[in-house]
Amino acid sequence: MLETVFFNLFGGLSILAGMGVVLSRNTMHSVLFLILCFFNAAGLFFMLDAEFLGIILILIYVGAVMVLFMFVIMMLEVNVAKLKEGVVQYLPLGGMIAVLLLIEFVAASSSGVFTQGDKAVAEHFGREVNNTAEIGQILYTKYLLGFEIAAIILLVALVGAIVLTIRNRKDAKYQNISAQVKVRREDRVRKVRM
Amino acid sequence: MAIQAGIWALEILAIAVPIALSVAYITYFERRVIGWIQVRKGCNRVGPAGLLQPLADGLKLFLKETIIPARANKLLFVGAPILALTPALIAFAVVPFGETSLFGLWDEPHVMAIAHLNVGLLYILAISSLSVYGFLMAGWASNSKYAIMGSIRTTCQMISYEIAMGFGLVTVMMLAGSLDLADIVHAQQGGLLHWYMIPLFPILLVFFISGCAEAGRTPFDLTETEELVAGYHVEYSGMWFATFSLAEYGTMILISLMTSILFLGGWYAPIPALDIIPGTFWLLGKAAFLIFVFIWFRATFPRYRYDQMMRLGWKIFLPWTLGWIFVVGVFIYTPGLDGIINFWLAWR
Repeated sequence: MLETVFFNLFGGLSILAGMGVVLSRNTMHSVLFLILCFFNAAGLFFMLDAEFLGIILILIYVGAVMVLFMFVIMMLEVNVAKLKEGVVQYLPLGGMIAVLLLIEFVAASSSGVFTQGDKAVAEHFGREVNNTAEIGQILYTKYLLGFEIAAIILLVALVGAIVLTIRNRKDAKYQNISAQVKVRREDRVRKVRM
Repeated sequence: MAIQAGIWALEILAIAVPIALSVAYITYFERRVIGWIQVRKGCNRVGPAGLLQPLADGLKLFLKETIIPARANKLLFVGAPILALTPALIAFAVVPFGETSLFGLWDEPHVMAIAHLNVGLLYILAISSLSVYGFLMAGWASNSKYAIMGSIRTTCQMISYEIAMGFGLVTVMMLAGSLDLADIVHAQQGGLLHWYMIPLFPILLVFFISGCAEAGRTPFDLTETEELVAGYHVEYSGMWFATFSLAEYGTMILISLMTSILFLGGWYAPIPALDIIPGTFWLLGKAAFLIFVFIWFRATFPRYRYDQMMRLGWKIFLPWTLGWIFVVGVFIYTPGLDGIINFWLAWR
């Protein structure tokens, strides 16, 4: 009973927020709607007893990724009128993608894949499930290779982003912190006998 | 169900009201302590020894007019202080204030927290990463160049130091083997030598200093310096401005409590014999001492420059904590070193 109420609350709010992302005119509001959407998705995770995934969703997406989104959007001057141009031109293509996605969603949700997920939850029911520990166990044993590959790809992306944005300007002034720390009074102050 | 809801409401009030009151009196404490450090009196006029000063300040802030700039985004301008304060308050939901068996009424001692989560530490990390939005929104919605510069500085500072903080907490998780705050405290049972401040002393320093940056306290108050007029809250007045201060002091209390729980043995006394004194007093006493340290910092250190702050966070704290994760891992899994680490970690 209570579970149904909360499921409808989280599910409904995430759909509304998702629509808000697309429909709001102000890009800043779009980002805030997206954050609300993530929050409700996290709520759905909590309802599946997947508290680790829910918290990680908030920590990574809301706490880190969306902050960067917001940074970029704050700095951009978005011309809303220009964005609205060509709606009619792109409508057929966009509509087709939307219909395809809809068919895919319906096919996926009626294929019975998700009911197996219910069974997995039901199997765990009745014993103490610590899914933080369980995810850790399976990630570092069975899926270790995939985990390591993902880590390497992320590392390469990180280094790549830094290399792309680094600019060694000749006229930029840098401070040598260790030299600053090593400075003694005698290097700076000289007693002059008058 | 109505009874359960009533109990929850009472629990929330029992934590939120003392926090609001202690924030008011921490401002008083801060002014008196800084006065004492700087050899002057501090506030001593309103009421006996100035004790009514926080109430007078609060009244003044309530009565001041709230000005909303004409070109501001009104909804977000008003919403930003709430977005900043809410995470600072809801993080307290998982903080265990002690253990009680209610004078023998219960067979087993219960943890005194509104929500006893098994991922409490992650919850704290996730929630404290949300307060960034309040500050970011405040700067953007004010539609003012000083406010936006201040909010960018605040945000950069908060997300930089959060990373060092998170990696530091990984070592605590490794030693305790749990994300449950109560389990982490239980793992430190048995007196001063079992506290995590001994094996994790560098992490204690990183965590507390990052906490300073997180709360925007001196020496990390470069986000609200004179060169920026006042920082992200330059356009705010009256009670909305006070809401930001409430968030700052709330974060300060939270960091103090978390440092006590994670590194200073939580609700356990330094000597096991002293555990007859209720644990809540020990926890609050440790937190009060750390709040004093925050204020001591403010009276002692000059503030960091922006590039120095970034350098400290990324080039010093991050490698330091990553290195310590390695050290702790080696210690835990080297058979010969077991005996040494067991001295600190009772029977891992």
